[in-house]
Amino acid sequence: MKLLFNIAWTHVSARVRQTLVGMAGVAMGVGFTIMMAGLMQGSQIDFLRQLVDTMPHITVDDERRSVPTQPAEQEYAAVQMADIANVGKRPGIKYPESVMSSLRSWIPGDVTPSVATSAIIDHGGARIGITLTGIDPRREVQVSKLASQMREGKLDDLSRAPNGIIVGEALAEKLGVKTGNTVLLVGGQGTRLNSTVAGLFRSGLKRVDESQIYSLAGTAQLMMGQSGVVNQLRLRLNDPMSAQKVAAQVEAQTGYRSVSWQEANADLLSTFTVRDFIVLTVMGAMLLTSSFATYNIISTITHEKRQDIAIMKSLGMREYAVRRIFIIESIIIGVVGILFGWILGYLLCYGWSKITIFNPLTGTTVPLQIYYSAMHYVIAGGISLLCCAGAAYFPARKATRVHPVDIIRGAS
Amino acid sequence: MTEVALQAVELVRRIEGVVSHTLVNGIDLAVNKGEFVAITGPSGSGKSSLLYLLGLLDAPSEGEIMICGQPTSKLSETERADVRLTKCGFVFQFHFLLPEFTSLDNVLLPMRAAGRMTEGEMRERGLTLLGSLGLGEHANKRPNQLSGGQRQRVAIARALANRPEIIVADEPTGALDTASTEQVFSILRDIADQGQTVVVVTHDPALAARADRRIHIVDGKIQEITEQGSGELVCEAVS
Repeated sequence: MKLLFNIAWTHVSARVRQTLVGMAGVAMGVGFTIMMAGLMQGSQIDFLRQLVDTMPHITVDDERRSVPTQPAEQEYAAVQMADIANVGKRPGIKYPESVMSSLRSWIPGDVTPSVATSAIIDHGGARIGITLTGIDPRREVQVSKLASQMREGKLDDLSRAPNGIIVGEALAEKLGVKTGNTVLLVGGQGTRLNSTVAGLFRSGLKRVDESQIYSLAGTAQLMMGQSGVVNQLRLRLNDPMSAQKVAAQVEAQTGYRSVSWQEANADLLSTFTVRDFIVLTVMGAMLLTSSFATYNIISTITHEKRQDIAIMKSLGMREYAVRRIFIIESIIIGVVGILFGWILGYLLCYGWSKITIFNPLTGTTVPLQIYYSAMHYVIAGGISLLCCAGAAYFPARKATRVHPVDIIRGAS
Repeated sequence: MTEVALQAVELVRRIEGVVSHTLVNGIDLAVNKGEFVAITGPSGSGKSSLLYLLGLLDAPSEGEIMICGQPTSKLSETERADVRLTKCGFVFQFHFLLPEFTSLDNVLLPMRAAGRMTEGEMRERGLTLLGSLGLGEHANKRPNQLSGGQRQRVAIARALANRPEIIVADEPTGALDTASTEQVFSILRDIADQGQTVVVVTHDPALAARADRRIHIVDGKIQEITEQGSGELVCEAVS
């Protein structure tokens, strides 16, 4: 192997310019791949972090996933039913405190009760449908980042203001309200309630900031016309990524529909999957293209070295050993190119992380999020090395199949 | 009893194509160990083709080649390469040294490919060979720093590196001046005198006359075999 390496090294070191071009091609491919991977994963992780911070990891509501069996179906072999009367069951989760204490005993996180209802906010001629979530400010800090998302006021101000509400900054802007203003809330049952804006929050997610308001649980119950009702449990887990698994277990235990943040945002996450596929394809194409320079160099060397190949074969070197020389040459070009590509990739990531862009959703200027991962370097390097070896294999195979006598006769 | 180093039995080499062409046509030949055989003949007579067959560089269309009694017609390409590496040494008309390597590295090449010696042993043998051929001072020079005769002597040293039993040389003096020709031929003569078998193709009748046996080929067939005394200069015109 030392002999093959020596021959390979003399070949590549004798062609400095060509070798450097090949190495530069590999370095560019690896560097830009690492940058793209860091940028894509960084923005994705940043978005998911915002999503996970804004939403409860699991929401348990008072609905069942499947329609309950009708009594008539249980009693008779009913094949058709019509005009089934609503029996007027009281909404909400039964015995919420017992359910919560049971969940707290095993879930890796915390749980808090809340009251969710829809309402219309009426102010200055604007009528906007919103989701009103009644919370317990003392417990809220255990399940959401709402406290840290407050831009004006505090969570505790809900208790101080009469029928206090906390409004999303984007919604407040739409309505033209400020902290301390009074707005009219109209519930589904026709309940009308004058509420005071006790604070403003900004989650970073437009659809939340434009449609979500928070109040005390009692205020939300009043809007529903159901005192004491708890129709939602919100869970926050130590590991947000385990939400799907825990949600299934919670649903199996309680019988209530438990929706993980992944399920609630399945459409968004599937978009990420498509995006990941596109990005991987582009990165693979970049690495493949960068190996063309290596292919070109090895093709040139094998063409120039036809006579040497013939002599080595005539001396008794085996065909695969001669072939290996050219694969080693491409690996030398690949390895050095990859090392420079790693440095280039890091510098590009660092450079991009210093660039700030205006986010129209949040109205802030934020730096580009870059995710640094050793795996990006390993994968980009590994794929590039494979591409280089593959790029060398075919010209090397063709060249080493040459019959030595044909070359020796041609040279004579 | 004389030991046969190289034997060809009804050897045929045919190039198939639209028009088939027979390069070697039914040659029977036995070369003894330590014998110096010169193959002569006009251009296109098939002498180089015969040499490539004898050195296992090419495979016969028909017939058998036995090297040290071992039949080779059924060997795979890898096995033929192994035989070339260990039992045959090649010297070509043009030196065919690797241009990026020094003289010593070129001589070490077959030994390194065989991998039977340590690096120290290989270097020692390489330097000894170069020294014995008068190239001790040129061990670290590249081919482009050597004269034609010196390059050819390096090529001979490379052919001798793995102590092959047979040296095949295809017009080794064809591209050399008179002084270098004399030097190279003397070396080949010495090699044969030391017990290695040498088969050389040459156009030069004076040089062929210095071989133990001269085989004259015309149209792929042996036309004449001339036995000569070892080292005896016989000036006989080749018809």
